[in-house]
Amino acid sequence: MPTDVERWKDEVYGNEIREHLMEFAEEGWDSIPEDEHDAWFERFKWWGLYHQRSGQESYFMMRIGTPNGVIEPGQLRVIGEVAKEYATGPAENPEFGEAYCDWTTRQSIQLHWIKLEDIPEIFEKLESVGLTTQQACGDSWRNIVGCPVAGKDKHELIDAWPIARDLHDTFKGNEDHVNLPRKWKVSVTGCTEGCGQGDINDLALEPARKEIDGETVTGFNVRVGGGLSRKEPRLARDIDVFVQPENADAVSGGLSALFREYGDRENRYNARIKFLVDEWGVEKIRSTLQEEFVDFELHTAGEDLREEYTYNTGTQDGHNDHVGVHEQVDGNYYVGLNVLVGRMGAEDTLELADLAEEYGSGEVRLTQRQNIIVTDVPEENLDALLDEPLLEDYSPDPSPFMRGSIACTGTEFCSLSIVETKNRQVRYARWLKENVDLPEDHEEFHIHLSGCTASCAQPQIADVSLRGMKTRKDGDPVEAFDVGLGGGLGEDPRFADWIAMRVPADEVPGAIANLIETFEDRRSDGETFREFVEARDEDELAELLEPEETDYEDPYMHNTKKTWYPYAEEDSMDASPAPTDGQGESLPADD
Amino acid sequence: MPTAVRILDDGAWISVDDERVVSVSELWCIADHDICRCETADFLIEGFVEVDATDRTILARSAGQCVTCGESAVSGWLPVGRLVDPDRRFASIATGDVRTPRS
Repeated sequence: MPTDVERWKDEVYGNEIREHLMEFAEEGWDSIPEDEHDAWFERFKWWGLYHQRSGQESYFMMRIGTPNGVIEPGQLRVIGEVAKEYATGPAENPEFGEAYCDWTTRQSIQLHWIKLEDIPEIFEKLESVGLTTQQACGDSWRNIVGCPVAGKDKHELIDAWPIARDLHDTFKGNEDHVNLPRKWKVSVTGCTEGCGQGDINDLALEPARKEIDGETVTGFNVRVGGGLSRKEPRLARDIDVFVQPENADAVSGGLSALFREYGDRENRYNARIKFLVDEWGVEKIRSTLQEEFVDFELHTAGEDLREEYTYNTGTQDGHNDHVGVHEQVDGNYYVGLNVLVGRMGAEDTLELADLAEEYGSGEVRLTQRQNIIVTDVPEENLDALLDEPLLEDYSPDPSPFMRGSIACTGTEFCSLSIVETKNRQVRYARWLKENVDLPEDHEEFHIHLSGCTASCAQPQIADVSLRGMKTRKDGDPVEAFDVGLGGGLGEDPRFADWIAMRVPADEVPGAIANLIETFEDRRSDGETFREFVEARDEDELAELLEPEETDYEDPYMHNTKKTWYPYAEEDSMDASPAPTDGQGESLPADD
Repeated sequence: MPTAVRILDDGAWISVDDERVVSVSELWCIADHDICRCETADFLIEGFVEVDATDRTILARSAGQCVTCGESAVSGWLPVGRLVDPDRRFASIATGDVRTPRS
């Protein structure tokens, strides 16, 4: 039997949702019929709007999809202005102030505390510079990710940015692909370092060469069915297809159509294509694609470049991220700035827009490590840019613990999360920076903190993986983490092994400190952290990971999900001002 | 009118008549269960899997983990709350109350 969500999608979905959204916005929060809340909030996702969690009714998270993370000249200023004017909620975040932008692991932008009534104005401002929230959430093509310096990088076989852009233009609002069984995440990359993270996407186009009619041509090998969610992580699987750039639309669209027709619409937990690949196997995926969804003969896979990959491999060679100053292929430079847990204040965003215009082309790009890159900086402008005070907070040369931190949204706003995340990871990173030394040859060390098994912070592909949990401490329930080790990507990607379960949140920094100290003591010459973990079994690793209390203090040990906002002075659900009207004034309760 | 009960947002919460009533991340005490060997499971709700309404009781099956022993499981049908007169408004079971699976 189709789910309620499928039934709602059959009634109204895709582009037509906008008309209803605008009517509701015009008439105000109360105009959404109470018995249609679930249906409309599910549909609004397609236009990038996610109703915030319990206690924050009437407020939305707004996601803006920027394909490949490219924010064109002029766009960052508008994003900052929108954040400053509209993303201010009824309470401040103690680390980040009252208005901020989140740069996400899918190279998108998230704003919080958006009021329904403000959406028409926000859409107008965003669309005036070519930005959109269309399909940023919901059951369709999500934001396309890739190497964030595509077209500028010195290490690429093929510039994948025009292909990513073309896929974005082709499949956003495309009636044949607007209503899929679940989300559809695509990675397109042409670089030789593996920055696209294709292995964890539903569809991955990865750089490859192939001899066709006696000529070596460049294009992409195709992988399908990767993803990290729900304790069911999968690496995308090679379906033995090589695609030339001019056919990327046809093959990608064919696979999206295959998912549309054969994906599971009766059980949303089983709906992602990774489960269809499990069930069918890659041969059947390929043959069905060939027979039913493309009208030309598919090439078999070409020669890939996976053995050259360095990104998130833990090797400490080549690019593990895009932080720092790097020369572009045109002789200009890009400057990758570390944004701790991906959150940047609205004022800082506006200042960065000024700097990008003053010293570069005005373009910036978002990375899958929640960082931001100023591109196209001429060599003569580098020193002045690097001297700017803003770069003291968003450093191109940060501590490994600041640089390696990723955190999802967490209980601050998210319905699914078990624990508080971003503010906690900020505190973890600061404490580790002050108290722990990595071996000198380790400039990068990735800690990914995810509030739940949805894995938005991609915990399974980090050196240290933290996944939100609960436990009891002295009899009281407290926020905690499962701790995994040794995950990463590269030629031989590897998901983290879960080593210690339900570690109280205030004992996690001590556990990491003890582990790193032991690593430094016991590693063999030149052994990387990932190699160190791979060489040991789970029992041995569990002994090395000794959770303990330190002078680290955690203000979020209580059940932050039971608050209306974890950082409010009066944080109980009863103290929530929500729902509010367009001016932010509390609306009277029904009874 | 029949009561509308459903799970939304990837199992994050249970909706009763279009109102969010119970969310993941709670610890439920469960007796007479087959989740693990603990006499009373201290069960972290990580995601709701199924929900149903029988007469006045809202029941749900949930994916989660006993935080005492670490066993992960999908629970049996556990009471979430009741529909209370005069207007069949939902009243949740207190988090600390002991719940027993219904057959």
